[in-house]
Amino acid sequence: MADQRIEPVLAESASRGASAIPAAAPPIPARGRAVRIGQLLEREHVLACVLLAPTLLILTLFIAYPFLLGIWLAVSDKVVGRPGNFIGLENFRVNLNDTIFLRAFQNTFVYTFIATILKLTLGMLAALLLNHHFRFKRIVRASMLLPWIVPTVLSTLAWQWMFDATFSVFNWVLMNVGLISKRILWLGDGTLAMGCLIAVNVWRGTPFFAITLLAGLQTVNPDLHEAAEIDGANAWQRFWRVTLPLIKPIMLVVVLFSMIATFADFQLIYVLTRGGPYSSTHVFGTYAYELAMRAAKLGQGASISLFLFPFLLVVIVFQLWYIRRSD
Amino acid sequence: MAVRYGGPLKRAVTFQIPLVLMVGVTLFPFYWMVITSIRPDLELYNVRANPFFTLHPTLAHFQYLFDLTMFPRWAWNTLFIATVSTGISLFCGLLAGYALARLQFRWAAPLGTLIFVTYLVPPTLLFIPLGDVVKAFGLGDTPWAVILTYPTFLIPFCTWLLMGYFKTIPREIEECARIDGASRIRAMVSISFPLAVPGILSAGIFAFTLSWNEFLYALVFLSSPQQKTIPIGVFTELVRGDVFYWGPLMAGALLGSIPVALVYSLFVEHYVTALTGAVKG
Repeated sequence: MADQRIEPVLAESASRGASAIPAAAPPIPARGRAVRIGQLLEREHVLACVLLAPTLLILTLFIAYPFLLGIWLAVSDKVVGRPGNFIGLENFRVNLNDTIFLRAFQNTFVYTFIATILKLTLGMLAALLLNHHFRFKRIVRASMLLPWIVPTVLSTLAWQWMFDATFSVFNWVLMNVGLISKRILWLGDGTLAMGCLIAVNVWRGTPFFAITLLAGLQTVNPDLHEAAEIDGANAWQRFWRVTLPLIKPIMLVVVLFSMIATFADFQLIYVLTRGGPYSSTHVFGTYAYELAMRAAKLGQGASISLFLFPFLLVVIVFQLWYIRRSD
Repeated sequence: MAVRYGGPLKRAVTFQIPLVLMVGVTLFPFYWMVITSIRPDLELYNVRANPFFTLHPTLAHFQYLFDLTMFPRWAWNTLFIATVSTGISLFCGLLAGYALARLQFRWAAPLGTLIFVTYLVPPTLLFIPLGDVVKAFGLGDTPWAVILTYPTFLIPFCTWLLMGYFKTIPREIEECARIDGASRIRAMVSISFPLAVPGILSAGIFAFTLSWNEFLYALVFLSSPQQKTIPIGVFTELVRGDVFYWGPLMAGALLGSIPVALVYSLFVEHYVTALTGAVKG
């Protein structure tokens, strides 16, 4: 079965090799050419070029080129349906004088940092719980990941319905228990709505922390715990002094990954609040979309997307430095 | 690392209660999808009715979804797009991962780093210029707009995961075949690739769920109702102005979640390998 699955790959890679090489080689009879290509592909750097070609083609066309185009858009006054002119840093000047943008700026950081801290704390607790032996462990662990794997848009719609102004299930429970007498408008106020966004993000992202941290915990040698216990360390001390230092590397990587994703989040916020009420819950992603796609100001929108870049760069450089150091 | 416990009370407070709470909070929204999708409108929009269960379950919302919206079409689009973009990404990632892990050439290290960096580039940074690129290639509002752009985040992931996988396969196995006269490509395809099948499966499952769930590119690049994927279709076509059709919305959310949940539950271990492998590299 394995062979069947591999066969098409052979055919395609061979045909790709065959089409890529003759351009450089002089025309020779078909049989000789096959031998010649075979010899060329024996050289490691030639084979590497052929194997990497499709990947580099797609990444150049759809990442590198759009990235450069994005920088050009950000310094142009391009709107939909009209070519743009170079206007220098005008878009950035406009952004920094735009109160909605400044609010989005603040929201992006608040959203990222509070959500990441909560996800790390809850994810760690969940991982510690799941690291015990108990009945139904496999099924519990599998179901833990559900919020992470189902489409975010669809689960966020369920949350939107739970936060509904009139029919919120939370309001129903609180009113029937007698804790509140008036409905809470969960998404009707900027601060409360930010809280809801963070809560949903934490619900969605905690499983990722829990499962990856659990993988880290499972590599911790139990003998170390026993030794610490014999030396009189209590559970709390064992966690801080034994477990945590050992899983710090994986923890750090998980935090960085999650921070990038949260910082650049779009869908959760766009679905739950669309940046509302009164543009109070926009983040970079949703505000860039609002300006570029709904107001057709492509240049302005691209300049907001670009604000993501310095932060990303810092995280990426740090991560590369860390990987190199641990190698 | 089994941890022993004191009395049953301590175990209840430090373990059982938190565990039940955790599972409850995790699964509640899914229960809410299910219960909403089978409650009749009369109950859904009645503030006094107990919202936690229903005595009059109905399939009306599902019927609405299938008869009066393009849901089946969206489901087909999503499946087609996710399958083809996963296939392309696996093909590219397998070759690139092998080259980076096994072959010695001048640019191996910087290229590996470059691909890792593109792995961290979020769609939010690129969707505006990418919209222009897609239009320039004449792909706007066709499935190919997303089939060709999803690999931008799937290929780096697949490459990274498979590169790690190839590094765990001993080089000697391939060298034996080479001594027996197999060409380099022959050895790669018939020795190394079959050994990488578990890694390919992990990468494929992960890539499939990622492209099934993608939202931003699909929202920007696909505009006509018959081209939409499930996440976009349910979100844009079941809300008219300010009116939310919550019954069909939750029915659609449920049906859109089941396929990924199913694929995931069949291959939990592979999925977890991909998830943890993705961050460890």
